[in-house]
Amino acid sequence: MGEQSRLCSVWLGSETGILKGVSLSHKQAFNFSNTRQLSRDQEIRALCWGDPTETELLLGIVDGTVRTFSTEKGIFTEVRRCGDPEEGCFSGLAVLSGSGSTLLTCVDSGKVRVWREDSSEPVTQIDAGKNVCKMRQSPVQPNRVATGGKENGLKMWDLERPEKPVFTAKNLRDDYLDLRRPHWVRDIAFIPDSEKVVTCTGFHQVHVFDPSSPQRRPVLEAEYGEYPLTALSLPSSGTSVVVGNTQGQMALLDLRKGLVRGCMKGLSGGVRALQCHASQPLVASCGLDRFLRIHSLEDRKLLHKVYLKSRLNCVLLSSRELQGEGEGPTGEEEVKEEEDAEDEVWDSMERVEEKVKRKAIGDEEEKEKKKKKGTD
Amino acid sequence: PKHTPPGTTFPPTFSVSEIKNKQRRHQMFMKLKQEKRKQKMQLKKKRRKEREALGDKAPPKEVPKTIENQRVFDETTVDPEDEEIAFDEGTDEFSAYFNGLTNPKVLITTSDRPRGRVVKFCEQLATVIPNAHVYYRRGLALKRIIPQCIARDFTYLIVINQDRQTPNGLVLCHLPDGPTAHFKVSSVRLQKELKRRGKAPTEHSPEVILNNFSTRLGHTIGRLFAALFPQNPQFVGRQVATFHNQRDFIFFRFHRYIFKNEKKVGIQELGPRFTLKLRSLQKGTFDSKYGEFEWVLKRHEMDACRRKFQL
Repeated sequence: MGEQSRLCSVWLGSETGILKGVSLSHKQAFNFSNTRQLSRDQEIRALCWGDPTETELLLGIVDGTVRTFSTEKGIFTEVRRCGDPEEGCFSGLAVLSGSGSTLLTCVDSGKVRVWREDSSEPVTQIDAGKNVCKMRQSPVQPNRVATGGKENGLKMWDLERPEKPVFTAKNLRDDYLDLRRPHWVRDIAFIPDSEKVVTCTGFHQVHVFDPSSPQRRPVLEAEYGEYPLTALSLPSSGTSVVVGNTQGQMALLDLRKGLVRGCMKGLSGGVRALQCHASQPLVASCGLDRFLRIHSLEDRKLLHKVYLKSRLNCVLLSSRELQGEGEGPTGEEEVKEEEDAEDEVWDSMERVEEKVKRKAIGDEEEKEKKKKKGTD
Repeated sequence: PKHTPPGTTFPPTFSVSEIKNKQRRHQMFMKLKQEKRKQKMQLKKKRRKEREALGDKAPPKEVPKTIENQRVFDETTVDPEDEEIAFDEGTDEFSAYFNGLTNPKVLITTSDRPRGRVVKFCEQLATVIPNAHVYYRRGLALKRIIPQCIARDFTYLIVINQDRQTPNGLVLCHLPDGPTAHFKVSSVRLQKELKRRGKAPTEHSPEVILNNFSTRLGHTIGRLFAALFPQNPQFVGRQVATFHNQRDFIFFRFHRYIFKNEKKVGIQELGPRFTLKLRSLQKGTFDSKYGEFEWVLKRHEMDACRRKFQL
């Protein structure tokens, strides 16, 4: 189990309660489930990394618990009760301190809570209004949190001052008939290297807000399609954004002017979650059509497609290289170093076994490459 | 640049299309066809002689390629032993019906102001599906009808859309919170237009045959159709409703059968016949604007390959 979970570079949560790990280099998908009996109560609603080294995953489940899954060992290690299922499902999950002991959760009814490891009562509680669809934590400042939902505009909170939001977004101006524009924030993301926040709405709009400017209305507004946008993700470059809607259309929008750069084809069902890779120009999407698809951001082609038998709710990418080809060069360097060190380090056989395995894989890849070069 | 290898000269023939005179061109073309057919018959005869000469040692007959044979293997094809899919199907929106807890009750309605064949089609559908009620639409919004239907214990809502007095669309919505399927309807034949048809369908619940729904999406649609009819068919009535899926088109037929002896069956077609093609499957009750779609037909992407089918 531990071996399988260490191979996986993409993690997905499904509606049947199964955590799925996919290893693209080995082209395999593994199911991890904490109970023998599957049940719809265990539906996974939110996924996030438990620590910066990405050895632990936190899953937010419909029955109000947060489970920890260790990627090293391949089993579920902890369960924490964080709220009642009557208040709604988790709409956001994040970690405050580095080791995963302080959790930040947000439920549909709007309560954002900070949980410490020892107590079962929340340390801080923020009321973010009703119908909160999404809560995200700023990657730069762990105390900053943004929430948004149906008829509930974007609000930025500081966890040390839970009474009043730091920034409340104003609704758009009334339209040409003087009617109030409806408002439905579906997904939020923080733009790296700046204070700006991007949101996508159920009325097929993408807004960029800048809390540092005095303007509370969106700085940039872009529209895409005619169907509600359900998911949003920012690639590492920071000038573009990938959005997905309920009909399975995914597009790459440019944030400088708000124009559509291009669409990604292939999805047949509504997009539930999107994530861009931290360093490679890839985006992973999952949705109601039970497939995980990985598209390349540069030429918008489909690179991988994996059938996973249940509807998928959330996706998480690890920051290491997704494919085996990325491991090739580093494997070769390890091989050269190991040849010298192996003769001397003969006592610690067990430690060297793991490296020998990687060395073996590296060797095989080298041999394959040499063969290919030979035939060319 | 590639050169044609020297030494191969093609015999100088007229291309038939270069002759300007229509009659002569036609004659030349007919001659060409006859020549070709002659050669084909000769080849066939030769092959048959060879086969007879070899007798038992003859190679087996080649199976002709059909589009169904050449179908691209779909990875979503359901494996009957898969636990995860079995659990997924066992706990989906139809579990109440398949566990015997609810009886189907169907509401059939049309788009506003139905005219012509649509009215007759609705009435005939109501005779075919037991416990079905036809109601006149009167311009009501579907989103307002749905909560009222749920309050009155309806399990299905069928809306038939019309274009120029013939039905061309069907929205099938499973009521408590179930998926909504939108189909394109074509080739509708009402009871009067069928040849050699039997008498009117009786009140007995028919048996249901679902053919060829192999993929995961196909399974969902198959269950959608199965939940329209009551779980216990009355074999006394000898009626059967068939939903046959071929190349993503679903053919509906309604027959009465009679076993003449153990091996021979006679069938009589009663009831309307129509073909359906799935356009979209939406999770949740009818909400085409804000609902989430589980599957949408994207013609340019999905119909590009002739051998790939979704159901």
